[in-house]
Amino acid sequence: MVENRFPPPELEISSAREAVAHWEHYPHEADMGVRGFGATKAEAFEQVALAMTAVISDPAAVEPRDRVTIECEAKDEELLLAEWLNSLVFEMATRRMLFSRFAIRLDGTRLSAQAWGEPTDVARHHPAVEVKGATLTTLRVARQDGGWMAQTIVDV
Amino acid sequence: MDTGLFTQRSEHEWEIPRHGAMRVPAVIFASASLIREMDQKVYEQAVNVATLPGIVKASYAMPDAHWGYGFPIGGVAAFDPDEGGVVSAGGVGFDISCGVRCLHTGLTRDEIMRAQKDLADMLYQRIPAGMGSTGTIHLDPVETDAMLGGGARWAVERGWGTAEDLERIEEHGQMHGALPGNVSERAKRRQRDEMGTLGSGNHYLEVQEVTAVYDAAIARSFGLKQGDIVVMIHCGSRGLGHQIGTEFLSRMAAAAATHGIQLADRELACAPINSDVGQEYLGAMRAAINCALANRQILTHLTRKLFAHFFAHAQLRLLYDVSHNTCKVEEHRVHGGLRKLYVHRKGATRAFGPGHPDVPEALRDAGQPVLIGGSMGTGSYVLAGTKESEALAFSSACHGAGRAMSRHQAFRTWHGRQVIDELAARGILIRSPSSRGVAEEAPGAYKDVSAVVDAAHAAGLARKVARVEPLICVKG
Repeated sequence: MVENRFPPPELEISSAREAVAHWEHYPHEADMGVRGFGATKAEAFEQVALAMTAVISDPAAVEPRDRVTIECEAKDEELLLAEWLNSLVFEMATRRMLFSRFAIRLDGTRLSAQAWGEPTDVARHHPAVEVKGATLTTLRVARQDGGWMAQTIVDV
Repeated sequence: MDTGLFTQRSEHEWEIPRHGAMRVPAVIFASASLIREMDQKVYEQAVNVATLPGIVKASYAMPDAHWGYGFPIGGVAAFDPDEGGVVSAGGVGFDISCGVRCLHTGLTRDEIMRAQKDLADMLYQRIPAGMGSTGTIHLDPVETDAMLGGGARWAVERGWGTAEDLERIEEHGQMHGALPGNVSERAKRRQRDEMGTLGSGNHYLEVQEVTAVYDAAIARSFGLKQGDIVVMIHCGSRGLGHQIGTEFLSRMAAAAATHGIQLADRELACAPINSDVGQEYLGAMRAAINCALANRQILTHLTRKLFAHFFAHAQLRLLYDVSHNTCKVEEHRVHGGLRKLYVHRKGATRAFGPGHPDVPEALRDAGQPVLIGGSMGTGSYVLAGTKESEALAFSSACHGAGRAMSRHQAFRTWHGRQVIDELAARGILIRSPSSRGVAEEAPGAYKDVSAVVDAAHAAGLARKVARVEPLICVKG
């Protein structure tokens, strides 16, 4: 199954979709929970990524000017969420970048994505913390209210 | 938690008797008030660990235990390979060999206070800290493998330290059995520019003053006295360790079923010690331990250079270096017999007692130094391992204050600027790239480190030696 989600960012988001797509943090004693909601599973995955950026810095302050392509796969859709976030952690760490815009295409348990962002600028982004990795704790991908919800806890 | 959930073995020892799939009981060391403040998840996770194959005696949690991944943070568990015992990536954690080292300076408070602001600024400038920071040492593939095999010994051979340093580090600065070939290219890639960096979160470099001595004799053999100035460095294996943790967590989660292991929680991800993936992980994890030891050694070198600039006579001798997140092969006496066990300590410190052959000779009569980092601006402690700790929890003690509040809640409760100003008014200078990071690490977001240390002392896990309080704190 191919989900219909791979527009270039400038074409992005109808208002109806905007109403559905959002992210939030949820508490964990030592670390941080990241949760995304979307009309599609891919959109929920994009929103979790945005929530992860928000653990570090204000996503609105991150300019989506450089593009990185990411591909990954896993045994099931939940492990795929962890894999996706961990791939992003790797790109953030090795490219020293932060990302604020994502476009994901899902094909079963394979994911291909483009992420837009810019090099980390300490003076402007004030990174609060570095994400070490996505954990499998409270990891969940599920249908919710006619859309999708995806969540896990990231270790910081 | 409700203390009624436990069978109280002694004032500071709370047992969860075997039930359901548990192979052994679970035991939490804490005061009644720490138990009451502790998250219910610690109970669940300590119970889950007790269900793993080959676990010996009990699943333990230290007084600073809190909700972790699979294993509680502050969890200790030993496994016997001959009884199907497992090694768990979740039982070690992402930041492999995260730890603390403490350096004597030979300086006085007055000397530090005269240079306090300049020293704080300079440390902040020269010690790479926080997300996106890079070290000054960049390793090619050959040197990376040499570092992963050699640990702090490798760093000393490159001129970043002295042979005396190695005697004051667990494993003499070099973890044997490390297999750099088992470390993925991605993990190595993450480390390429991160040698000699502090990291972020709860990692720090502090200049501290000894403000109390509880055990004069042990303090003397550790070379500590009231008013002494020390430097404590808290950090780990950086991106390399995180990447190894991530990769093996997912591999072990997928492989558990093929080894017939039922996981109560995916994050308990583990594999038999005597399996290909178990052995592969051990080789990679030991390489990450070496990475952490080398990293702290390089940071020590940078700190020494900087202190020499300010204080020509300062000699920063290493008191000791402990690791928190490890799995190590150790001999322990169980039911009268010596057994070789794989001891996981996740957010817990090895705490060998007096006379143990792995404690440096100069400290052997006193016991291994146990360095407990407190929250920013409160205080930290130096303890010593005890003889009875072996029978209590395979010679283990707590590792820090432990969080009492989520980052989320801390960020809503405090402003970084306000925390920095309040600490400055008390004579403590904080330097950090992120005001939000400071808010999330506010002292009030942590448990009272003194209560944790008192419980460890009263339980007999380690003996209180000295308290230190910060004058300068560089936070990532």
